[in-house]
Formats: sequence, C-alpha cells, structure tokens
Amino acid sequence: MRDARSVAEAVYREEAGKIIATLIRLSGSFDLAEEALQEALAAALESWPQRGVPDKPAAWITSTAQRRLIDAVRRDSTRRNKASALAHHIEVVTQNDEIAEDPDMTYPDDRLRLIFTCCHPALAVEAQVGLTLRTLGGLSTSEIARAFLLPEPTLAQRLVRAKRKIQDARIPYEVPPKDRLAERLAAVQAVIYLIFNESYSATSGAQLVRRDLAAEAIRLGRLLCQLMPDEPENQGLLALMLLQDSRRDARVSADGRLMTLEEQDRSLWDHEQAQSGAELVERALRQGAPGKYQLQAAIAALHATARSAESTDWPQIVALYDELARLNPSPVIRLNQAVAVAMAHGIEAGLNAIDGLQEQLQHYHLMHAARADFLRRLGRWAEARSAYRRALELATNTVEMKYLNDRLASLPHS
Amino acid sequence: MKYLLMIYGNEEVDAQKSKEALEAEMGAYFAYTNEVETAGALRGGEALHPTSTATTVRVRNGKISTTDGPFAETKEQLGGYYVVECSNLDEAIKWAAKIPHAAECAVEVRPIMDFSQAAPA
Repeated sequence: MRDARSVAEAVYREEAGKIIATLIRLSGSFDLAEEALQEALAAALESWPQRGVPDKPAAWITSTAQRRLIDAVRRDSTRRNKASALAHHIEVVTQNDEIAEDPDMTYPDDRLRLIFTCCHPALAVEAQVGLTLRTLGGLSTSEIARAFLLPEPTLAQRLVRAKRKIQDARIPYEVPPKDRLAERLAAVQAVIYLIFNESYSATSGAQLVRRDLAAEAIRLGRLLCQLMPDEPENQGLLALMLLQDSRRDARVSADGRLMTLEEQDRSLWDHEQAQSGAELVERALRQGAPGKYQLQAAIAALHATARSAESTDWPQIVALYDELARLNPSPVIRLNQAVAVAMAHGIEAGLNAIDGLQEQLQHYHLMHAARADFLRRLGRWAEARSAYRRALELATNTVEMKYLNDRLASLPHS
Repeated sequence: MKYLLMIYGNEEVDAQKSKEALEAEMGAYFAYTNEVETAGALRGGEALHPTSTATTVRVRNGKISTTDGPFAETKEQLGGYYVVECSNLDEAIKWAAKIPHAAECAVEVRPIMDFSQAAPA
C-alpha cells in the first residue's frame, strides 16, 4: 500500500497551485483558500492511513478542500453583514455545489488569474515573488525564507501585508484585459526570472546555486508556457532558464571556486537539457516576435552548443547583443557584449568597448572584474591589480570574492 | 469601492509655470473632471491652496498646539484630490494615470474604508 503521507505530500507539491487558484476564485480570499487546503491535507493524513489512499488522491483533496471552504464561507457570512463581499461568494459556491461533486473539473484560467494577481505591479516585488512561490509553487513560508536567506517572520509579515493589500485595495483576480496584457505579462515573466536568478547567483552568502529555486522557476516557466502557449517570450524565458541551468554542475568547482564559461568543464553540462532549451528558443524565434528572453536564450544556446570557448560563434553573439541592446539600451547588456567582442575581435577591442561604459557602471563589480580580466590578458599588471581591487570592494557574494582574490593573487609582481 | 486619488506636484515648479502653461493645465483638468463625471465614477474632488497656507494642529495634554506649514515637509506636496468609485484597483489606477500631474509628478491611490459594510461587533 502506498504510504499515505508521501502521497499527500506529492499531491500537495504538484496540485497546490491548481487547487488554491480555484479556491481563491470561489472565496475571494487568499487566507480562506489556504486554510481550506491545509485542512483538507490534515484530513487526508488522518483518514488515509486508516481507510487507505483513495484512487484519485488529488481529486479527494480538491473536493475536501472545496467542502471545507464552503463551510468556512458559511461560518464567515453568518458572522458578517449580508452585504459583505463573501456573501456574494457563498451564493456562487452553493449554486455551484456540483463543483465539489466533480473535483476533476479544473479551470486553467484560475491559475492564470492567480499568477497575474500575485505578480500585480501594485505589490512590492519581494511580495510578488513570495506570493507566487507560496500559492502557485506550494512552497512553505519557511522554505521560501530559507531560500532567500530571510528570517521567517520577515517573510511571513511580507505575505500577510501583500494579501491584505490584495483584499483591501481590491487588486482584481483576473487575467488583465488585452490593452494591459503585454505589460502585465512582462511583470509575471520578470518575477519568474527573478526567482531563477536568485537561485543562480545568490546575492549574498556562500551558496551560489540553489537548485530548489531554479527547479521551481523552471516549473513556473513551464506552467506559463502551458497556460499561454501563443506568447513566444514565455517560451524564450523557459528556454533561457533551461539553458543557463544546464551549466549548473560546471559553474562551481569541487573546491567551491567560481568557474568562468571559458574554464568550465563542458562534459559536466546537461547537454540533453541544453538541447531542449535550444530547440525551444528556435521554435519561439520562428514566430517572428523576438524579445529579450528569446534573444538571451539564443545567446545561451550558442554557448551551450559550442564544443569550446574558441569554437563559439562569437560574431553571431555580438550581433544578438546588438538586437538585445536595441530593445533594452542597458549598459549591463553592453558589458556582456564587450566580452563577446573581445572573443570575436580581440582583447583590445573588448577593452575599448568596456571603457565606454566605465562611468555608467562604476559601481558595478562585474564591470571592474571584466576590465581586470582584459587587462590581465594584455599583461597590464598594475592596471589589472587596481581593477581587481575595485571589483573586490564592490562584490558581496563570497564565491565571487574568492574568485577575484585568487585572480588578484595570481598576478605576477612587477 | 471608493478610492482617493491624491495629486502630488512640486509647488516650486508649479509656481514657475507660465500663464499659458497654467491655462493649458487647467484645461486638461477640466477635461479630465468631465471625463470621470461622464463615466459616472466621480464622487468628489478639490484643488488645494499651496502648503504655505497650511496649518498643522496637534492636541497634547488637552492643549491645542498649532504650527505653520504641512505635517511633513517633502519635495512634492499634496495639491488636490479626486474621489472615484471603481470596481477594483486596476480601474482606479487607470483613472489616476489620466490625471495631468501623473505625467509630471505622481498620484497616490488609496482605497477608502467603507464602514457601511462593517461587521457588528
């Protein structure tokens, strides 16, 4: 017999977002929805070990949660005035009692509504990230707090405040209308990519790759593709994450040292995952609406499919960065391009490209690190040394700092 | 649900506007007010005299103390407000974005509490 607890946990992990999205629509309340789901889970843990795991455990939890929700809404509406927002919902719920009878009935739109509400720009970005992971990802508050190196009460407070704002300011639970969709979808993509980036390069602390977050971001990226398959940028975002994540095992050496793309042992790359990312971005680009995620994914795909740093198609990468800079004139994009320029046209050319960015990026440690690297390759030791020192002053990630320190120490004394 | 749209501007900048610019701005506000009213969303609104006319009142130990000036000295000042009836925050944001000062400075959107629906204790 299947172990009741592990089945319940697996269902929760896989289905929480789906179930909660519908519960929120029915109750109009994040809190009531979460409570109902928790109660259903507790009920499963109580009932299953005795009566056996049901054939459709997910359906069992969904219908139990919906029944608990109806009870809670009824309790709530007798306590409150009839005119309360929930009084309206109880009618919806009781009129739709068949929903509880047919738990297989799911509304894909509910999860889409939930994504757009969690990533509403009227919420603080940190709250958007937290809410998305909590509701759609089914992560616990303590898991999210640990992943973001936050004290749990701080994160809990943030979530409470965000949920209160959704309720009190009436942030709508809906897929935005066409005229706002592009902008709002960009906010959703940004939150998912932020979650991924947090996993990829922790801003502080020693752990550079936090796999759980990366996996979660990829799962959300897949969900977004599934719910809105006609948006090539959704595929671009998923492709980008798959490609970057395919290098995770090679990014840090066994002794915790950061490895540059050039130094990485390419046999450690997950070539299968990289291949699926590369195919995905190719399909997306064929739709003729390139965006920043597709272009970044295309660049990542060129890296991922090259046998070595030297045999990479650097001129093509430089050209893709031009496209990217046209969409988003950011000095950070130009900085990344400078590295490709150095590989395509020589270190001097790369250094010249960086020199044009020095003022704008003077507080960005990676600009100084890239400059230091070029100067080192050109044998300009004294200048390289001071650039490494400047980068070290600005860096906060201990793995990156160790990398910079090692490089600085390896410079010959002149 | 009612929302308060608070219009923030920089009084120094406003004071330096030419007569033509002020007239154009006034026209834009009339047009905006007209639009909100026609849409049936307008519930109120006023323009305020500058903060140089403000008095801040506090009561301490039963005694009234008054000070010259606004409650908080800020770079931008509250210059007026609208109250609009909307079904959700997105609608309120849409109205806020159309206020002429939104392009120049900022509009703060705050939901207004509705005590008519409060639960009896």
